[in-house]
Amino acid sequence: MIKHLLSIDQLSPSQIELVLKTADSFREVGTRTIKKVPILRGRTVCNLFFESSTRTRISFELAAKRLSADVINFTGDARSSLAKGESFKDTAQTLQAMGVDAIVVRHSSAGAPHRLSRWVEASVINAGDGAHEHPTQALLDLYSIREHFPSFDGLRVGIVGDILHSRVARSDVAALTKMGSQVTLVAPPTLIPPAIDSWGAEISYDLEEVLPKLDVVYLLRVQKERQNEQLVPSLREYATFWGLDRRRVDLMKPEAIIMHPGPMNRGVEIAADVADLERSIIIDQVTNGVAVRMSLLYLMLGAADRALEEVPVG
Amino acid sequence: MADILLRGGRLVDPAGEADATCDVLISGGRIEAVGTGLDPGRAEVIDVDGAIVAPGFVDTHVHLREPGREDEETIASGSAAAVLGGYTAICAMPNTDPVCDNAAVAEKVAATGSFLGLTQVIPAGSLTQGLQGKHLAAIGEMATCNARVRLFTDDGHGVQDARLLRRAMEYLKGFGAICAEHCDDESLSEGGHMHEGEYSSRLGLRGQPAEAEELALARDIVLARLTGARFHALHVSTARSVAIIRQAKADGLPVTAEATPHHLTLTDACLVDYDTNFKVNPPLRSPHDVEVLRAGLADGTIDNIATDHAPHAAQEKEAEFEAAPPGLIGLETALGVIMGELVEGGLLTLGDMVRRMSTTPARILGLEGQGGPVVPGAWANLVVFDPGARWTVDPGKFASRCRNCPWAGKELVGRVLLTVFQGRVVGRDGQVSTAAPLGAFA
Ligand SMILES: [Zn+2]
Repeated sequence: MIKHLLSIDQLSPSQIELVLKTADSFREVGTRTIKKVPILRGRTVCNLFFESSTRTRISFELAAKRLSADVINFTGDARSSLAKGESFKDTAQTLQAMGVDAIVVRHSSAGAPHRLSRWVEASVINAGDGAHEHPTQALLDLYSIREHFPSFDGLRVGIVGDILHSRVARSDVAALTKMGSQVTLVAPPTLIPPAIDSWGAEISYDLEEVLPKLDVVYLLRVQKERQNEQLVPSLREYATFWGLDRRRVDLMKPEAIIMHPGPMNRGVEIAADVADLERSIIIDQVTNGVAVRMSLLYLMLGAADRALEEVPVG
Repeated sequence: MADILLRGGRLVDPAGEADATCDVLISGGRIEAVGTGLDPGRAEVIDVDGAIVAPGFVDTHVHLREPGREDEETIASGSAAAVLGGYTAICAMPNTDPVCDNAAVAEKVAATGSFLGLTQVIPAGSLTQGLQGKHLAAIGEMATCNARVRLFTDDGHGVQDARLLRRAMEYLKGFGAICAEHCDDESLSEGGHMHEGEYSSRLGLRGQPAEAEELALARDIVLARLTGARFHALHVSTARSVAIIRQAKADGLPVTAEATPHHLTLTDACLVDYDTNFKVNPPLRSPHDVEVLRAGLADGTIDNIATDHAPHAAQEKEAEFEAAPPGLIGLETALGVIMGELVEGGLLTLGDMVRRMSTTPARILGLEGQGGPVVPGAWANLVVFDPGARWTVDPGKFASRCRNCPWAGKELVGRVLLTVFQGRVVGRDGQVSTAAPLGAFA
């Protein structure tokens, strides 16, 4: 397995398959009364968060704890670091000196995990860096899709919303296209990044035209700042053209599912009642997040030279 | 001062229309004779057989950080870096602290350079007070003080206000000065950390569109036409900027332009690992931009090569990509990059290279005794280099105080053997001469 997980680009399709297959076993652990296996006993995982994200941090924390690793949480302030030139490198080296085995890093600055990986011996796992990537989100998304469709090959996935600022979109496009799915990015032109031909995704500005063709409708959070940056006239207008409401749900294929990385802006990208539909698997994504992160930590830290069959689970 | 005979080198001197193997005899700081089989008399004979002898390089764009950030560079360390790069004249940008927006700072910078006697240090003055883009700086005072400031710029930023720039151009024209701009429409580029394109989208970094440079450049050329001012475009980096300059020249406007070794050889793809030593402003552009920029350099649309040597402290570069300041150092690697990529690559002849690194920039800055011709009576400002020497860049060996070099660990072609400034060997085989008689050339 790889030393660091900085970007989905680092994983081959077979490595992705391995992560997902391994996650199956760990998902089962999560349903037991005693949800803990001793795989990473004596190993230390540090959650280094320079940007608050309680959900992602808790998910990683649970994953590490269920593998019996020791977990420390370090909350940095990206603003102080960025503003005062206070050293991100010093923080990294401090953690290194304490002997952590893995650093799960969330940072508002794209590329921060890349920088970190040059300064430490520990494995670095990107838990979201600026508008760059969020690879574990993509893996849990694949896992969640796989529960509903037999194969990724030829699957049609629409990712709708603020593609420009979305690390989830970057990781999901890379992961899905790698696995053979066809991705369509749907957004107003101002929220589509420049020069993205190389992403291998189709582009559409018209949600209603695309919806009937999709197997998966993946909605991204659209933040209020986009209105202030003149990227959209207003969130109301965004919702009018690109929000998923009941009327638009009726345009979807009967078996198509709805996904969202959370946290949702109900009433903007997704209507409140749509979020709670049967076909919305947003809560499953959260559950699967823990299993997929356990799988990754296990493969990256615990199982370097152990065969998969030896996993003491099940 | 000891006389020197450079024996058996190939003299490449575009200003003197010379390209031949010959000896160069230096006496009293000046060229005494040029020819074959010269009698050294009592001169020290330096055998430069197989090497190129050329007028010393002239850099229109360096940041020396003194006064204000002497932890990053000083006039002494920057001059030493220039010596090791073969430069006998460097033009220091005014974005120091205090800003070089008055005669006192300009004279201090020039005098310190003269006192050191390693290379000619020419201060550039700012166009506006404190680089604030609000009020004209003391252009007349700087142009007429002992430092004789000729090039004025707010480099680091462009002047955003068109009316103010118009006034600056008109005013400095009266002193025979040059308006130089870092062309950047900040309303388009603000917040951008790299070139806007395929890679910025992939890396999730906000980009600066090429159009931010092109819009500002087009505006500046329009204003140069309006005012009749001499205009010099700093670090041109995009394909359409080259086209804009080509058109301005075709229209007969007094416009010149420089390009940097990094914009001529590196692309935005270099940023895939978020290595902050590749973060620079203007940003590294697309392969197409590089290709067109090279063609512009080859056909003379781009007049000269300038390094935009910009030292930054290690702790500032060792940060998140977005937090790191833009800029890289280039004085000690310019020859190796240009020789290896552009001369060996077949784009430029040796003569073309010397013209763009010495002759033309010396003319732009109006420097007497720089850029050749290498003829009897001229000041002996020379570089001697081995055009085929391959060497690996080790920033630990730099004379610069900083290490923010994108070519670290890379193999370059072409190495400076000797730098002669005002008749004295100031650099030899990677060492700066310690025997410099301080203050001798004030
Ligand atoms: Zn500049």
